[in-house]
Order: sequence, then C-alpha cells, then structure tokens
Amino acid sequence: MDRREFLGGTAALAGSFAMAGPALAQSAELSFFYPVAVGGPITKLIDAYATGFEKENPTIKVKPIYAGTYQETIVKALTAHKSGTPPVLSVLLSTDMFTLIDEEAIVPFDPFIKTEDDKKWLSSFFPGFMENSQTGGKTWGIPFQRSTVVLYWNKELFKEAGLDPEKPPKTWAEQLEFAQKLTKRDAAGNTSQWGIQIPSSGFPYWLFQGLTTQAGAILANAAGDKTDFANPGVVEALQYWVDLAQKHKVHPPGIVEWGTTPRDFFEKKVAMMWTTTGNLTNVRANAKFPFGVAVLPAGKKPGSPTGGGNFYLSKKASPAEQEAAFKFVRWITTPERAAQWSADTGYVAVTPAAYETEAMKKYVADFPQALVARDQLPTAVAELSTHENQRVTKALNDGLQAALTGTKQPGPAMADAQAEAERILKSYR
Amino acid sequence: MSNRATATIHGWLLLLPAMACLALFTHWPAVASFIDSFMSTPRARRPARFVGLDNYEQMLADPIFWKAMANNLWFAAGTIPMSIALALLMAVWVNDRIAGRTLVRMAYFTPTILPMIAVANIWLFFFTPQYGLLEQIVGAFGGRSTNWLGSQDTALYAVTIVAIWKEAGFFMIFYLAALQAIPPSLGEAAAIEGASRWTFFRRVQFPLLMPTTLFVLINAVINAFRMVDHIFVMTRGGPDNATTLLLFYIYQVGFGFWDTAYAAALTCVLLALLALVAFVQYGWLERRTHYQ
Repeated sequence: MDRREFLGGTAALAGSFAMAGPALAQSAELSFFYPVAVGGPITKLIDAYATGFEKENPTIKVKPIYAGTYQETIVKALTAHKSGTPPVLSVLLSTDMFTLIDEEAIVPFDPFIKTEDDKKWLSSFFPGFMENSQTGGKTWGIPFQRSTVVLYWNKELFKEAGLDPEKPPKTWAEQLEFAQKLTKRDAAGNTSQWGIQIPSSGFPYWLFQGLTTQAGAILANAAGDKTDFANPGVVEALQYWVDLAQKHKVHPPGIVEWGTTPRDFFEKKVAMMWTTTGNLTNVRANAKFPFGVAVLPAGKKPGSPTGGGNFYLSKKASPAEQEAAFKFVRWITTPERAAQWSADTGYVAVTPAAYETEAMKKYVADFPQALVARDQLPTAVAELSTHENQRVTKALNDGLQAALTGTKQPGPAMADAQAEAERILKSYR
Repeated sequence: MSNRATATIHGWLLLLPAMACLALFTHWPAVASFIDSFMSTPRARRPARFVGLDNYEQMLADPIFWKAMANNLWFAAGTIPMSIALALLMAVWVNDRIAGRTLVRMAYFTPTILPMIAVANIWLFFFTPQYGLLEQIVGAFGGRSTNWLGSQDTALYAVTIVAIWKEAGFFMIFYLAALQAIPPSLGEAAAIEGASRWTFFRRVQFPLLMPTTLFVLINAVINAFRMVDHIFVMTRGGPDNATTLLLFYIYQVGFGFWDTAYAAALTCVLLALLALVAFVQYGWLERRTHYQ
C-alpha cells in the first residue's frame, strides 16, 4: 500500500467513525526535490529551513531530497512522474515550465490563491521573475533561487590601463573601447591578458540573451511557440560578440568555458567578465584584488535575462499534500527568509520587500555589489523558454558556437537555428 | 524422477537468479527499446502509437546523428589502437626488472581508479587556455596559445586523448598478468639462439599474448562507444556538436528532449553496431587466435 492510499484510508476511517480530528487527516509528508549535487553549505541551509518549518507546522513533515544538478533533478522528477510517485514539490529551472506543462506533471498555483493576503503575496515578486513563471494567464512556478547576468571588472587592471577604476563601461562602444585598452599582447603577438570574456560553452544562449536584449530583440514569444532567432537585432548582437574576438581580438577566440571563466578572472587573464550573480560569493571569496560588479552595458537599451530555479507543484500529489507544499512555499518566500537566503547564497532575493529587511540592509552595507542584480531587474527579460525547450535552445546554441568558432557567418547561423526551431515548434501552434 | 531430470532442474535453478537479473535489466530493456523505436513518443494527451519506420527516417535526415556517428568512429579509431599499443608498451617495460618498478606500475594504473568525472575535471584545467598545464608547456617552447576544447579542430582530439590516458593503465594490467604467465624458459631459449629483443617480442611474446589482445580489444571497442562521462564535464558535446558521441546524443535526446521513441531508435542503432563488431571479433578474430 502506498503512502497516499494509506492517508486516504485514514481519512475515510476518520470520516466513517466521525471522531478522529481533522489534524490526522491533514498530516502530510512533503517530499521536496532540490537541485544540489553534493552536501555542503546549501544543503545545511535547506535542512534548517525544513526543520524550522516543521516546528511551526507540526502536522507537516518536510523531506528534502538532494537530486543532483538541475538537469539530473528534472530527469529524476519526470521519471518519477511517469512511474507514478513524483515528489510533491521540486525546484527546477524556470525555463522547464513548458516541458512540465506538456508532460502534465505540474498544476498551477492559482487554485491555492484564495485570500486577499495570498493575492498580495503573489504580486509581491519582481515582475521580471514572473515572466518565466506564468503563461496562459496562470502561475505555474514561484521564483526561489533566481539569478541574472552581470559584468564583473578588475579595478586594479583598470587602473593599470589608465581607466577610472570606479567606472564600468556603460555602452557597447565603451565596452569595446575599454576592452581594447585592457588587452595586453607581447612582442610575439601572444595575448597575456584579455579585455573581456563572455563564456560560450554549454549554454551560450543565456549570456547571448543579454546581447540580444540590449540590441532590442526578444528571442521567443510568451506562449513559447514561436522564436525570432533570425531577427536583424539578434544577428547584430551575434556580430558584436564575434567581432570582439575575431575582428578586434579583445576576447579569447573560440569557445570560452563557463566553468573556468571565474578562474580566468582571478588569475588576471581577463579584466572584465560576464557571468551569473550566482558567482558573487565565489568571486568575493577568491578575487585577490578589488573588483566591481555592474549592470550589463547597454546597446540600444540596457538588459539581461533572468535565470535560475522556480518551485513547481506536482499534479499527481494529493490535494492535502499540494496544500502543505503551498504553505511551505509561502513560508520560505517571506521577505525575511528571502533576504537571508540571498545573503547566504548570492542568489537575487525574489521580492522587493526582501531588500527592505534588516538582514538585507546589513548584508549590502557590507557588500554593496549585491545590489547590482536588483538594480538590473527592471530591464531584465524572461530567459529563453519554449515548448521542447532543450531542443530549441540546442538549435540556438549550435548556431552560436558555429559562428563563434568561425565555421558559419552570424546571419546564416541564426537563419539555420531559426529554421530548426520553426520545424520543432510548428506543431505547438 | 530420473537422476538426469533432477540434475537438469538443479542446473536451471542455479542459473535462475543470474538469468532473471540479465533478462530483467539487459534483455528486456533491449527488446523494449526495439519495440519503442517503432512507436511515437508518448505525450500526456497523445499515447504512443505505431509509426513504422518514421523514427529511422528521421534519423537518416538528422545531421546531428551523422555527425555523432562520424565523431564516434574517429573517437574509436583514436582510442582503440592507441590505448592498446600504449598498454602493451607500458606492460613490457614494467615487466622487466627495473628499479622502482612497483611505483611505475602504480603510477600507470592510477588513472583507472579515478572516477571519469574527476579525470575530466583535472583535464579541463590541463586544457585551459593561457594558464593550463598544456599551455604552459607549449608556451615554454615558444608555441602559440591554443583553445584546445574551444575550437572545432582540436576538441575531438582533446577528448580522445583523455580517453586513451584513462584506459591504457587498465589494459596494461591484463598484459602484465599475461606476460608474467609466459614461461621464463622461452626467454632463455631465445637468448641462447641469439634472438634480438624485437624478434623475441614479435615471434614469441606477441603471439602468446593474442588471447589477451582479443579480450582487451573487445573491451576497448565497447568502451569507445560507452565512454561519454568526460564529454558532460569537458564540452557538453560542443563546440557545435564537434564532440557529440553517439551515446551522449542518445542521452540528450532521451533525457534532455524527452523524445524517448527517437532515443530508442538511436539505441537500436548503437546495439546493432556493437553486435556487428562482436560478431566480427568472435567469429573471425577468435579463430585466428592461439590459445595455450
């Protein structure tokens, strides 16, 4: 007999004898998939949240399950969904929303929003984060560990190059100009220090989306069934990126590894890098020089994608379990907890109210760089997300890597990516 | 019941646990994959239905499949002969009475005990442009900086080298064991006859090592299609599919795109390929192998 049948049986028994209290029927165990590969500081934080919540809600047991990387977690969650006993609650990429809807693995949060207070809570999140959490007028995900792309710069190297160490580049033109000053070459023509680095391994589309947003293009519609990769703005953005490396030679050629980019920055092999706000704590701990964090330079306008994970509710869980999960989600996203979570991990706090709390004020007084992510959110757009998300983003990634390694011109590369995305998405319209 | 029948039943009963495990976890999934490859991928509102050869037609028209196939053949062509040759060379060397031979043997074997993910992370830093180990060596000789994993021309070689490095030590152990089983009298006889070291190896040692070579060869071929862990860490199949191997692509299609039917069809192709190789090896090579 599985757990749910047992609970149902208990409820039926309670009903037929009309005596056992409702507390018994409502007691629920809340399995919770959380994407982290190995133990460490983050699992301790999550465990502490689980215990804290249980103390306040003795009828609910929270069982966090650390399921590996985001990719491993969604594989496990969807496999469990198909075999019948998925986790009640999971933290998965916000971009997996359409995939989860298409698999009918999740339910929207809307039925649980009953009181005025609930409504206020739902509207308390940064709108930039909700773009990836809502579609078709329903809310399918609740932002939890979210991030955005920012520019880190090495103040020491700025000074050496005769630049004002307190002034990051504000526009594409400035970014190029600074990078040219910051690139050092020896007599043999070898580069010992690059001006700028935008990683392009694994998921280049995410960083590229910073450039396309700045060029005024939007990569996909809100319904997630149409992409716009061949837009002239997108091609212009790619041309700018390719030119940094191939024409101006201020950016390393070929594919730049995402994982070693912070290390390149620590080793002073690169003076400016684009990477996630999730690296804040890492850079703070490992950079042996003063560094700055800035919003991404503007093209036609400023902009960056958001990224990171949302809470999702399983469709196959019982109503009692879903209700308990909703309670936990509300509990963990209160401003105080969101602020503490942000300070502990470096993720962006998901509500403006979190930035007004004492904990947050103390954190940013000590580390003002943490505020940059928030300042960028008004211009942030949803991370690229469509039906068959991984297949569509792969089409774009392949095109980007082909252009960056010089096997295709930006125009044809994006036209090919668009044609492939069109083929995949046609049946969803 | 006759004795013979009892013995038969006994025999089958003893075989049963292993048979059950094999059938459940190997044979049935293979058969299920074969069946699924003729069905469409089940979606929430569209259950799987029979589509005939659609998945295979899709495969023929899929440029990434062909790219993965070509990559895999190059990967195999690089890893199989290189790792076997290197293993043989190392085994012959550490078989001799040289100083510190235990240490050398251990050093050669170390890559085998390390998990592939750890190996890949180490090599990621070897290949890092500018300050990686390889760059420092090349730089010391005045060579130009290369982005080994970030260029379509070198990425596949880079991941092939990692695989060779990982495998050679493992195969060396088999060769070493086989070398030690060769009676020393053969070596003494050759010495009396005045055979050179090379002749002794070519005429005596190498033929006697044939059963081991066959075993190692089979393993190397299987591994060439099975080793993809380092791809996840080092390149994720990039740049632009330059390092996408067949099994990596199957994982991507199956668990990234959730197109399980197409993944099943790809799996069948991989299975067919391995079956063919095994058939050639056992059917043809084994007849030419001399067992003691």
